[in-house]
Amino acid sequence: MNGRLKSVGLALLAPAIAIVLSILVTTLVIAAVGSSPGEFWSTMFEVPKPRLRVDIVNQTAMIYIAAVAAAIGFRMGLFNIGLEGQYTIASFSAATFAGAAYLGGFANVAASLVVAMVVGAAWAGIAGVLRATRGVSEVISTIMLNAIAVTLVGYFLNNYGVKEGNSVHTKNLPSGTTLGGWSPFEDRDGDIWALAIVAVLVGVGFWALLNKTRFGFDLRASGQSESAALASGINPKRMIVISMMLSGAVAGLIWMPALFGGARNYGTSFQVGLGFLGIAVALLGRNRPIGMLFGALLFAFLSVKSNDLTFGTDVSPSIVQITQGVAVLAVVVTYEVVRRWRTRLEQRAVSRELTATTGATA
Amino acid sequence: MRRLTKLSAVAAVAALALAGCGGSDSKGGGGDKPAAGDDVCKTADGDGPKIGLAYDVGGRGDRSFNDSAYAGLEKAVGEFDATCIEGEATDGEAESAREDRLRNMAENGATAIVGVGFAYSESVNAVAPDFPEVNFAVIDGFDPDDQANENVAYLGFAEQEGSFLVGVAAAEKSKSGTIGFVGGVNNELIQKFEAGYTAGAKAAKPDIKVEVAYIQESDLKGFGDPAGGKAAAAGEFDKGADVVYHAAGGSGSGVFDAAVEAGEGNWAIGVDSDQYLTATAEQKPFILTSMLKRVDVATYDFAKSVDAGKPLTSFVTYDLKQDGVGYSTANKTAIDGLTTTIDDYKAKIIAGDIKVPTKP
Repeated sequence: MNGRLKSVGLALLAPAIAIVLSILVTTLVIAAVGSSPGEFWSTMFEVPKPRLRVDIVNQTAMIYIAAVAAAIGFRMGLFNIGLEGQYTIASFSAATFAGAAYLGGFANVAASLVVAMVVGAAWAGIAGVLRATRGVSEVISTIMLNAIAVTLVGYFLNNYGVKEGNSVHTKNLPSGTTLGGWSPFEDRDGDIWALAIVAVLVGVGFWALLNKTRFGFDLRASGQSESAALASGINPKRMIVISMMLSGAVAGLIWMPALFGGARNYGTSFQVGLGFLGIAVALLGRNRPIGMLFGALLFAFLSVKSNDLTFGTDVSPSIVQITQGVAVLAVVVTYEVVRRWRTRLEQRAVSRELTATTGATA
Repeated sequence: MRRLTKLSAVAAVAALALAGCGGSDSKGGGGDKPAAGDDVCKTADGDGPKIGLAYDVGGRGDRSFNDSAYAGLEKAVGEFDATCIEGEATDGEAESAREDRLRNMAENGATAIVGVGFAYSESVNAVAPDFPEVNFAVIDGFDPDDQANENVAYLGFAEQEGSFLVGVAAAEKSKSGTIGFVGGVNNELIQKFEAGYTAGAKAAKPDIKVEVAYIQESDLKGFGDPAGGKAAAAGEFDKGADVVYHAAGGSGSGVFDAAVEAGEGNWAIGVDSDQYLTATAEQKPFILTSMLKRVDVATYDFAKSVDAGKPLTSFVTYDLKQDGVGYSTANKTAIDGLTTTIDDYKAKIIAGDIKVPTKP
């Protein structure tokens, strides 16, 4: 029991150090450019207004889905840096499908989610197949696929989109298929999007998949040692393609809460950058469902609250990107340091016990 | 597995950091950004209207679009004894962040709020009904739904007319017979610039060749990407162009750098504000002229209308006739011989003899 408590304490030590470190670095940077760190932190730590609380929940949901998508790849030993392209092209496809209104009401929503997942999976699958058959590093191919996805979507939008004023977007969702959401405060403070629930499902599904299924075991085994996995009868090439596609399918869902919550179409309101945030949060949360939840919440909080900085302080909102970046870097570094320290502790304990027993027999 | 984690951590941080770099570059290379102390909103304390200015990606200090809006704000604050608040968009921000920015301004007592850039169209449409006593304006904006907003003005420009004039200038100045155009994002708005520019060039020299490049197909970061602007412009100079016009906001500084590297006899044309005045000493001699999109006039006009109690609403277009667009003659030695020709065309457009196309 005592040992368990100790290991929990050690597990919490690394993130705690990382957060302190990122606060420290951010403070130094702000001071170095001649602004007031005090003003910055007091603005950031102020209790957010009701509408910002709503925004934080919505952003957390989307970032969390992205983080799970990244984590599926990480657990398998694959670095899917192409989440950005996967959810861009998947969001565009789903919005186009939903806007075409082949189906009505909830069926349209459900079918659109399937479209998003299929397109995301297919786009990621390209990188998976390339890796499995030709040995192309997924890091390179997915970065290239990101650029291709963004350009492709731009092309389709410009040629087939609905032009409105100076912008262009996909057809608006038919009125019956916007889901809206739940408004915990006043109406004008906005809704927590109905599909934010997808984040919960994805999180639970990820946990169950990893820990309760044969596939999850295969995934973790392949991630930890490919040769051992191969020896125990797992087909690594198949695993690469499947886990890449699974990662892409989840990535396809990233922007869906916003699409059916308020955006109505794929256009100026499409939010870019969630894929990269997801990768960072997966690292921050060590690919664990609960860890990533806290990571997503932290990142969402920082991003949403940073808007307040433009009022009342002269610190640029971009500064929170430094906080986020340092947090990720610090988590990885401190985990490594804590891990080594822990190994040394264990080794010492073992050698102590060994000398004790040998001493007793002698 | 652990090595992968380390590698990916570095990559992820690099991605975040690079995103940050993009942001600061677009503000005109950090050090040259106007200091906070220069900000009129920090010192204004009159009892006139309170003006809110919500900048687009690139923000104040882009020496282009957003700075032009600031110039209008500065003038309005001086004349109407007004106060002001500013807010700046970050790259890749959520739609809700734009809404929050506008709501913050309204709650902080702003009575005239200007969203600088069409990206504010949706958010203004969402926020305006909640603040009927506040007047909103969106530069380049549009109404995204069928319900008209009574307290919103959509301030548009006839960019094609101004671009036509700099197209004439480019064609007249070009010795190689090839000129270039660099757009930030391939959308309806920027295509208006391209269309006018090409039409103007062909009007002056029917056999001129126009190289066209867009930095991004749809991603708005094309307006804050000097490296991308430089690459696109350098490609056109390589293809023989000797005058390149950019409509790429903050990415334009890269286009100027490309002209500098292409060397003497090559020119760049600025956009939105008079970029000769804000360019670095190295870039200045290469800036032939700038297409002026008088965002400052529109911003000032809107503030004036609110101050007078007759706020502008619905669609307003600023064209050549009302000096809403134009071209700059700040680089005298470069443009001197051309002004008569350009002004001829200008008169013809105003008289309606020339209809400038809005689509390439």
